[in-house]
Amino acid sequence: MKRFLGFVKKEFIHIFRDYLTMIILFGIPALLTLLFGFVITNELKDVKVAFLDLSRDEITQQLTDKISSSGFFIRSSDLNSYAEIDQVLRSNNAKAVIVFSEDFGRKLIREGKATINIITDGSEPNMATQTTSFISAIAADFNKELAGTTMSGNLLVQPEVRMIYNPTLKSQHMFVPGLITMIMILICALMTSITLTREKEFGTMEVLLVSPLKPIQIIMGKVVPYFFLSLIDALLIILLSWGVFGLAVKGSLLLLLLEVMLYIMMSLSLGILISSVAKTMQQAIFITLVGGMLPTVLLSGFIFPIESMPKVYGWISAVMPPRYFIIIIKNIMIKGTGFLFVWKETLILLFFTLLFIGLSIKKFKVRLQ
Amino acid sequence: MMNNRETVISVRELVKKFGSFKANDRLSFDVFEGEIFGFLGANGAGKTTAIRILSGLSAPTSGSVQVAGYDAAREPEKIKKNIGYMCQKFSLYEDLTVRENIMLYGGIYGMKKKLIRERTESLLQRLNFAEYGDRLIAGLPLGFRQKLAFSVAVLHEPKIVFLDEPTGGVDPIARRQFWEMIYETAAAGITVFVTTHYMDEAEYCDRISIMNEGRIVALGTPGELKKAWNVATVEEVFVKIARPEKATL
Repeated sequence: MKRFLGFVKKEFIHIFRDYLTMIILFGIPALLTLLFGFVITNELKDVKVAFLDLSRDEITQQLTDKISSSGFFIRSSDLNSYAEIDQVLRSNNAKAVIVFSEDFGRKLIREGKATINIITDGSEPNMATQTTSFISAIAADFNKELAGTTMSGNLLVQPEVRMIYNPTLKSQHMFVPGLITMIMILICALMTSITLTREKEFGTMEVLLVSPLKPIQIIMGKVVPYFFLSLIDALLIILLSWGVFGLAVKGSLLLLLLEVMLYIMMSLSLGILISSVAKTMQQAIFITLVGGMLPTVLLSGFIFPIESMPKVYGWISAVMPPRYFIIIIKNIMIKGTGFLFVWKETLILLFFTLLFIGLSIKKFKVRLQ
Repeated sequence: MMNNRETVISVRELVKKFGSFKANDRLSFDVFEGEIFGFLGANGAGKTTAIRILSGLSAPTSGSVQVAGYDAAREPEKIKKNIGYMCQKFSLYEDLTVRENIMLYGGIYGMKKKLIRERTESLLQRLNFAEYGDRLIAGLPLGFRQKLAFSVAVLHEPKIVFLDEPTGGVDPIARRQFWEMIYETAAAGITVFVTTHYMDEAEYCDRISIMNEGRIVALGTPGELKKAWNVATVEEVFVKIARPEKATL
């Protein structure tokens, strides 16, 4: 045990003395979180909105005033026909168009329900998502006011959102889960594979193998520091996104941490497996980036939804462990679901972990024969 | 004269096969306590395979291998505790200081911290490098690193130390100093098992064996071999053995 601790200590020294490693470990995760976060929580202020009011009644007027005076939006122009919508959006004179159809007022009185259309510029997805949610909120607020007035009891203005130019637009609020997924793979798989191949390249691995240290101790000595550091990283990202952007974890924090640990173990064992294949650090980096990072970013559902991928990519993504972790972490963080909803994915991750460890041990033994 | 000494390595009919390829073909030899044993052979002759077996890294296909009193096939872990090892590639960590490296390796071999510290100080004094104790390895000259790596390999006072081409890339003066350290070590009773490409170094060994295509084709003191092959240097013996069958580059 003492032998092992000395070995772990040495690994920490390696990490803390190499500023590049430190940057990868702590700088990049923090930077990415802030970057992603600010892109998304960009405060709405004075966003130009055009109105197409075909109903021209008292209620549409009130709602228009309410929206324009909210501080978030500026009434940039009033349109006269549907044909002008495209033009005003294309010319950037408005980021969104709010449409009251001709029968808005009549419908609202007669059926107690009427629809406003919010048409946003989907080429700027974040702006579009936020514009719609802000306008929806204003409309909801307006509903309450309406209900409080002398006008009949349960009038309802229902916003109906339609995004153009980017019809498959998905909410980008998934950035934290995706980021954790990506960064854990980056740190765990990349760093362990690099540090193990570094020992091989420098010849220190030979000496370690000849020493009384058991192979499992050598590997664990590499894994333990990175396990703790990546756990700290995960916490860092969660804290940053909570503290700076107010993104709280809806589900159980304990369950989330346990799942994160499992995912870290999976990534670490992937790193060990890569290092048992790669002969040099360059190879290790290449394999991890091409075999680990790219698929995580592209195929795990982090950026592109799996449902809308061609079938073949869907199949490839089925063997990408990050895909399952994203489901788990989204469920816990955003939907707030419990273990019952993610046990299948957890089992799959466990399976991958054991598979990678098994393969690495087999590779290792073959090398020693 | 060697035969009164204790045998620390005893190899009998060692065979190591990789598939149908015989990397080691019926090797038999003994190495005695405090001896400097040169293990020579062209690249691919099977030296590395044999060293891996002797140091407990790899199991023999057949035959008996006893190292430091333990069987290489059954007790490799015990062998590892009783040997030191230094390989041709540099074996210290560049981003650790001299003292940290010594502490690390001492710790891996289960030495007490106090003992490591004592030996570190005496070692640094012996090498006249006391002021470099807290420097990173990365900034030190190769000759010194090599000497330090060797000192670290024998820090736990093993019965045998394996040196796999220890002087590769080192200048002649540093090589000379390095061999002085080897002599001191052997005089202290530690057996030195060394492979080398430098034939002048082979002359310094007590006994040498020359391998070719997986077999030991010559074994004896440098003097005996030169006499048997009727040449003036070990180098000529080596060339006569290695050349006839295969053209080496």
